[in-house]
Amino acid sequence: MTPLVDVRDVAKAFGGVHALRDASLTLFAGEIHALLGENGAGKSTLLKALAGVHRTDAGEIDIDGAPFEQGSTRRSLEQGVAVIYQEPSLFPDLSLAENVFIGRQPVTGRGSVDWAAMRRNAKALFTQLGVDLDPDRRAQGLSIADQQIVEIAKALSTSARVIVMDEPTAALSAAEAGRLLDVARRLRDGGAAVVFVSHRLDEVFSLCDRLTVMRDGSTVASALVADTTPSQVVRWMVGRELTDLFPKLETTPGDVVLRVEGLTSHGVFDDISFEVHAGEIVALAGLVGSGRSEVVRAIFGIDRYDDGRVEVLGKPLPPADPRAALARGVALVPEDRRQQGLFMPASIVRNTSMVVLGGLSRFGIVGRGRERSVAAEWAQRLRLRHGGLDEPVERLSGGNQQKVVLSKWLATNPRLLVVDEPTRGIDVATKAEVHRLLSEQAGKGLAVLMISSELPEVLGMADCVLVMREGRLTATLTRSEATQERVMLAATGQVSVA
Amino acid sequence: MKHVPGAMFGATLGTAVGKAVGSREAPVAGALVVVLVVTSVVNPRFLSDQGRFDLMVAIAITGLMAIGQTFVLVMRHVDLSVGSVLGLSAFISASAVKGQPDGSLLTVLILGLAVGLAAGLVNGLLVAALGLPALVVTLGTLYVFQGVQALLTGGTRINADQLPTSVVRFGVSGGLGIPWLMWVCLAAALVGAVFLRTRRTGRDLYAVGSNPPAARLVGIPVVRRTLLAYAVSGAAAGLAGVLFLARFGGVDSNAGLGYELPVVAACVVGGVNILGGSGTVAGALLGAMLLKTMGVSLSALSVPEFWQQAINGLLLIIAITADRFVFLHRARIAREEAIRLRRAIRLAAERELEVSR
Repeated sequence: MTPLVDVRDVAKAFGGVHALRDASLTLFAGEIHALLGENGAGKSTLLKALAGVHRTDAGEIDIDGAPFEQGSTRRSLEQGVAVIYQEPSLFPDLSLAENVFIGRQPVTGRGSVDWAAMRRNAKALFTQLGVDLDPDRRAQGLSIADQQIVEIAKALSTSARVIVMDEPTAALSAAEAGRLLDVARRLRDGGAAVVFVSHRLDEVFSLCDRLTVMRDGSTVASALVADTTPSQVVRWMVGRELTDLFPKLETTPGDVVLRVEGLTSHGVFDDISFEVHAGEIVALAGLVGSGRSEVVRAIFGIDRYDDGRVEVLGKPLPPADPRAALARGVALVPEDRRQQGLFMPASIVRNTSMVVLGGLSRFGIVGRGRERSVAAEWAQRLRLRHGGLDEPVERLSGGNQQKVVLSKWLATNPRLLVVDEPTRGIDVATKAEVHRLLSEQAGKGLAVLMISSELPEVLGMADCVLVMREGRLTATLTRSEATQERVMLAATGQVSVA
Repeated sequence: MKHVPGAMFGATLGTAVGKAVGSREAPVAGALVVVLVVTSVVNPRFLSDQGRFDLMVAIAITGLMAIGQTFVLVMRHVDLSVGSVLGLSAFISASAVKGQPDGSLLTVLILGLAVGLAAGLVNGLLVAALGLPALVVTLGTLYVFQGVQALLTGGTRINADQLPTSVVRFGVSGGLGIPWLMWVCLAAALVGAVFLRTRRTGRDLYAVGSNPPAARLVGIPVVRRTLLAYAVSGAAAGLAGVLFLARFGGVDSNAGLGYELPVVAACVVGGVNILGGSGTVAGALLGAMLLKTMGVSLSALSVPEFWQQAINGLLLIIAITADRFVFLHRARIAREEAIRLRRAIRLAAERELEVSR
C-alpha cells in the first residue's frame, strides 16, 4: 500500500538553530496518526512545512507518490492538506459560513458570492460534524471548541485528505474533547489521514492507530499503537541522559516564605496548595496550557482568583495587588521578556534600575550615579556580556536580555523570586549561567519558584517538583523522587509508572 | 442569539426589515432624517432647491472619498493622504485643459482618476510591500503630495475662466433634481458596495482586516489586496479632485487641505470599524451625509462655527462609544453563553457518570 504522505529525512534551520534534522513521517489513508514529542521537538515545524508556511531545507515530501509542492498555504490546501492549529485562526468579524469558505465562496454565474448556497453548505458541514451552529453567527466570542469545529468544517470543505490537528484538545473540557475525538474517527472512517498532535497519552492510546515520536528535530520511533505502551512512548520522548549541567547547591530549607492554600480560579486552576521555603528552588512542571503561568500570575496579583489564600512570610498577601506583592519582597520574572519584562529600546542601566528607582532617588529625583552603580554591580555579578551599560537591551542576545531582567528584579532584594521559563530560547552556555545564578541566590536564602517546560532543567535545579495537569496539581515530588518518567506521566495524565 | 442590537425587535417585523432596522447604518439614517426635518421646520430655506443642491454637492466630495476610505479602513489601515491627493489631482487635471474653452470633461476625469490611482499605488506599495505602518506612511505622503502640488502650482491658481465650459457646467447642473457630482458619488457607492459585498476579492479585504495572520494562513494574497484598497482610495480621492474643480470652478494650493479627518470621521460615524473587519460603503456614505448635513444645518440654525466643530466631534465620539458599548454587550452575552454551555456539558457528563454507576 502506497502511503498518502511520505516525509523523508527533512531538515529545517532558523538562523543557526536546527528545528528539524532528519524528520520522517508516513501517513496512510484511513488512519489516525499521533505525532508526539516534548515541547521544541520539532512537531510544529514539521506541521508548518506540510501547511505550506515553511519550506524545508533538505529531504523530500511526497503526496500520493508525487512530489509535494511546498511553501504556499494555498497550494497545500489544493493538494489536500489542511492544518488546524492549536489556536484556531478565525475571522471574528465574519459569519461562520464565510469563515468556512473564505477565498473559496460559492459564486453565482455572474461571479458574485452566493450567500444562500454558502449558508446551506456550511450548515450541512456542521450537521455532518454533529454540531448545531448558526452559520450566520459571527465568529467573535465563539468557544475554542466550536472554533475548532469551524476549522474542521473548513478542512472538509476543501475535500482535504490529510487533516492535521495540532493539540486540538489542549484547551477543551472533557466533553468537548470527546466530541472532537468522535469527529476525528468519522474523518478517518471517511478515508482521510488524520494527524493528531497531543500530550494526553490516554487520548492517543484510545484514539490513534499509529504513532510517531520526535525528539530534538528528528524522528526517533514510529510504531503501531497496539504494539507499544505509554511508558515506552515516554522513554522515546525523553530519551536523553541527564547531565550535570545544572548544579544546584545543597541547601537546608529555612522558613516558609510562600504558602499557597486552596488557590482556585474557576475554569483555570483548581485547589492549588504548596509551600516554598527560604533557600529552596521549587519547580512548577507541566505542559503548556496546564495552568502554571496562571497560578503564578494569581499569586503575584496580576490576575484575580476566586478562592484560597496566599501567604508571604506568614502574613496573607492581598489578592490582585501586584504592588503589595512587590512591597512584600515578591519578584516576578515573566515568560515573555520582550513584551513584559524589558523596555527594549532603553539602556541596560535604565532597565536594571527601573523597579528600584524609589530607593535610588532623593526628593523625587533619580540619582544618575547611584542608578549606574547598581547596574554595574549586577552586570558584573551576572557576567553580562555587553558593549557598555548604555547599550539598548534590544541589541543584547536573548540570554543576556534574560540576565538583565533577572538583575532588575534581584536588585530589589526579593525574598521570593518567581521565574517563568527562565531559560527559554537562550543558548546552552548562558543557560548554565542563569542556573548557576539561581542556585547561588537560593544558597543565600532566596526562595525560588520556577516554571519550566524543560525536564532536565526541572530535575537538575529543583529541590521539589510540583506537576500540574489541566489546572490541578497531579504530583508533588522531592528531588530524589523526581524522575523524567514520573514527571512526564503526571503531566500527561498517566498515573501508573510501568 | 443574533449579533445585531435591535434584532430581537426587528425579528417581529420580518427578517429583511428586521435586518435593516437592526443594522449599524439604521441609527445614522435615523439621525439624518431627524436633522433634516428639524432644520427645515425651523428654517424653511434650508431645503430650498438651491439649498438642496449645495448640500448634495458638498456631500458628494466627502462621500466619494469616504467610499474609498472604507476599502482601506476595513483592512485595518488608514489613508490620511486623500486631501492632498484631491489637491494634486485637481491641479494636474486642470492644468491639462487650462485655457481650452472647449476642452473635454472626459480628459479631466480620466486624468484625475489616473493621478489618484498613481498616488494610491505609492501608498499601497509603502504599506503593503514594505510593511510600514499605514498611519505614518499616509501622513508622510500627505505632506509629500502637498509639496509636489505646491511645486507644480508655484503659488498660482487656476480660475473658472481658464477652464473648459464643460467642466464648469458639470459642477452646477444635474439630472432628475440631483447634481451630476452627486450622481458620480452614488454610482461609486453602488459599485463599491456591490464589490465589497459580493466579490470574493471584496470579502478578502474584510478577512485581512479582521485577522491579518489568519488571512495569510488561508492563502489570501494580502499584499495585492492592500495595494487594491489603496488604489481604490487613491482613485476615489483623484475623482473627488475633479469634482472639487467642477464645484469651485478652479483650484489653488489650498485645495483639499484638512479634508482627510472629516473623511475618516464620516466612515467611523457610519459604522466602519477603525480597527478593521467591518463596515459598509453605505454606512460611510450615510456618515458623510450626516456630518455634512449637520454642518450646513447648524449654519442654517445660526449656531456659531465653534459649536459646529464641537458638535461634529461629539457626534464622532458618540458613534464610537455606541460601537464600543455594543461590542462589550455582545462580548458579555457570548461569555455568559459559554459559561452556561460549559455548566450544561459538565452536568450532562456527571449525569452520565451516575447512570453508568
